[in-house]
Amino acid sequence: MSIRLQNIAKHFAKTQALEPINLDIHEGELVGLLGPSGSGKTTLLRIIAGLETADRSPQPGKILFGDRDVTNVHVRDRRIGFVFQHYALFRHMSVYDNVAFGLTVMPRKRRPSSGEIRARVFRLLEMVQLQHLANRLPAQLSGGQQQRVSLARALAVEPDVLLLDEPFGALDAKVRQDLRRWLRRLHEELNFTSVFVTHDQEEALELSDRVVVMSNGRIEQIDTPETLYRSPKNRFVFEFLGDVNHLEGKVSNGILTCGDARLNVDLPDGDEELLLRPHEVRLAQQPSAESHLPVTITAISPVGAEVRVELEADWLAKPWLATVRHADFEQLEMRRGQRLFAHPRQWHRFKEEAEKPKQQARAA
Amino acid sequence: MRRIGDAPAVRRLLIGTALFLSALFLLLPLVAIFAQAFSQGVMVFWANVSNTFTLHAIGLTLVIALLTIPVCLVFGVALAWLVTRFSFPGRRILQTLIDIPFAVSPVVAGLIYLLLYGRNGWIGGWLDAYDIQLMFAWPGILMVTIFVTCPFVARELIPLMQAQGSREEEAAVTLGAGGWTTFWRVTLPNIRWALLYGIILTNARAVGEFGAVSVVAGAIRGKTNTLPLHLEQLYQDYNAVGAFASAALLALIALLTLAAKAGLEWRASRREAYL
Repeated sequence: MSIRLQNIAKHFAKTQALEPINLDIHEGELVGLLGPSGSGKTTLLRIIAGLETADRSPQPGKILFGDRDVTNVHVRDRRIGFVFQHYALFRHMSVYDNVAFGLTVMPRKRRPSSGEIRARVFRLLEMVQLQHLANRLPAQLSGGQQQRVSLARALAVEPDVLLLDEPFGALDAKVRQDLRRWLRRLHEELNFTSVFVTHDQEEALELSDRVVVMSNGRIEQIDTPETLYRSPKNRFVFEFLGDVNHLEGKVSNGILTCGDARLNVDLPDGDEELLLRPHEVRLAQQPSAESHLPVTITAISPVGAEVRVELEADWLAKPWLATVRHADFEQLEMRRGQRLFAHPRQWHRFKEEAEKPKQQARAA
Repeated sequence: MRRIGDAPAVRRLLIGTALFLSALFLLLPLVAIFAQAFSQGVMVFWANVSNTFTLHAIGLTLVIALLTIPVCLVFGVALAWLVTRFSFPGRRILQTLIDIPFAVSPVVAGLIYLLLYGRNGWIGGWLDAYDIQLMFAWPGILMVTIFVTCPFVARELIPLMQAQGSREEEAAVTLGAGGWTTFWRVTLPNIRWALLYGIILTNARAVGEFGAVSVVAGAIRGKTNTLPLHLEQLYQDYNAVGAFASAALLALIALLTLAAKAGLEWRASRREAYL
């Protein structure tokens, strides 16, 4: 079931939580709402669910599920599944009763027979691999197990859309990984339309078909994870999606200078701020004709696929972060206190007035 | 490592003092009540208890308590629901207003009701024209008892419901449950222990209330005498054994209430240990 939002806005008292928003989510899509806290992403999700109502004035917005206008439809009749951040399992009910709840409260005419409910609940519990815990109470389960029960409970009523509010936020890193993978698989199997909220860029990029980046109640960009990462529309999106190194300086005659640092750039004269991702910083023993950026290594973290190196220099307001391949790391024999030269492979620039970001790639 | 105050001498002294004071101020009076009540034998005690007026007082007290509890129950749940699940202007003021019956002396409460609903009162005068008498009759006793006891249930529920939040109710609604279903199957089971505890407190107070009731009841023997009022009258009449027989009954109700409360707490703690 596709979801279409038209002109959805929200005020809490005097503060604007959402500016008028338009959003189309296709059938079977898994969309992540990504943003820092206070960006309005949870509010938007709750409005889609019907747990909050959008502003009716100055002009009322519209919410469509497929062709069905659900703007004024009560939550209980919207046919949604909602997964809460802290699971919100019924604490006095067993796992079985939790999952069966949605089926047992159906009006008599639509309600399946008790045998059928039983079969369906066990099928769902099997799917989330918890059938052996059917008689436990929620408090007797781990966080990851509780979240799986909560998913099974939401899916039991066969919702048109599945909405998840920071579904893995309260879990530790390892469990979060597993659950993410598992949700992705489940989504591919059952092919429901789902929207989830997260503040974790990695989670959004890994899980979503498309990501909606939000800040201050506004949608900043809607794109596939690849496009989003490769060509962010503005500075906020760029900075939010990963670690960023800043290089501020003055450009004159095609050379940006900042203290004793120099970089050839193809830009008009004036103050500039360039942004670089950690993997866009190459380190070498020597400066080149195009760049002279002396740095000192202050910290090294060799954990993971790449080595993370922290760099400082007089001309830097904030330390830089560079990710280096282990091979390069060994070849340069990096150690703390070592002086090297940074070479941008590529940099990004976002001018307030110019919507189009400028990028310049260098042969590195 | 020794904890502070863990020296044997200190510990013995503290425990001893606590036990001694408890015995002196709590246990001894209780024993004295029963001792006095039975001082002239079981037969005299029984004669006093089975006296028509005493029986009537017992009956009236129990009826008042039985009528008070459901009213306070509905009022308390509705109020706690309102205050914890909705935000509206005046919510804080309402939360403070709940405490008025605790803050005001019961005698004052009784006087206010007399002033309002008495034959010469603002509302009472109007009702009198329709031949409805509230004061110096059982409805008056019921009204002041409700006034005095109405905060108990709400006071028990509000902190609990605030701590639990409304997520589970929201979950129930997203699963298609209607308002009543949500209340019966999700809200109520979560607050049932606090609710029972509130009822126990309400009952204890409703049975034992003296001040407010004494103002509005008029103490007509066999008509508007509750057990505490009856007790007082007997004592004024120098019928010590009779008074203490009634006192013993009240104390017995209190003990049963305490036992019920302890039982509930024991069950709740067992439940928690099991979780």
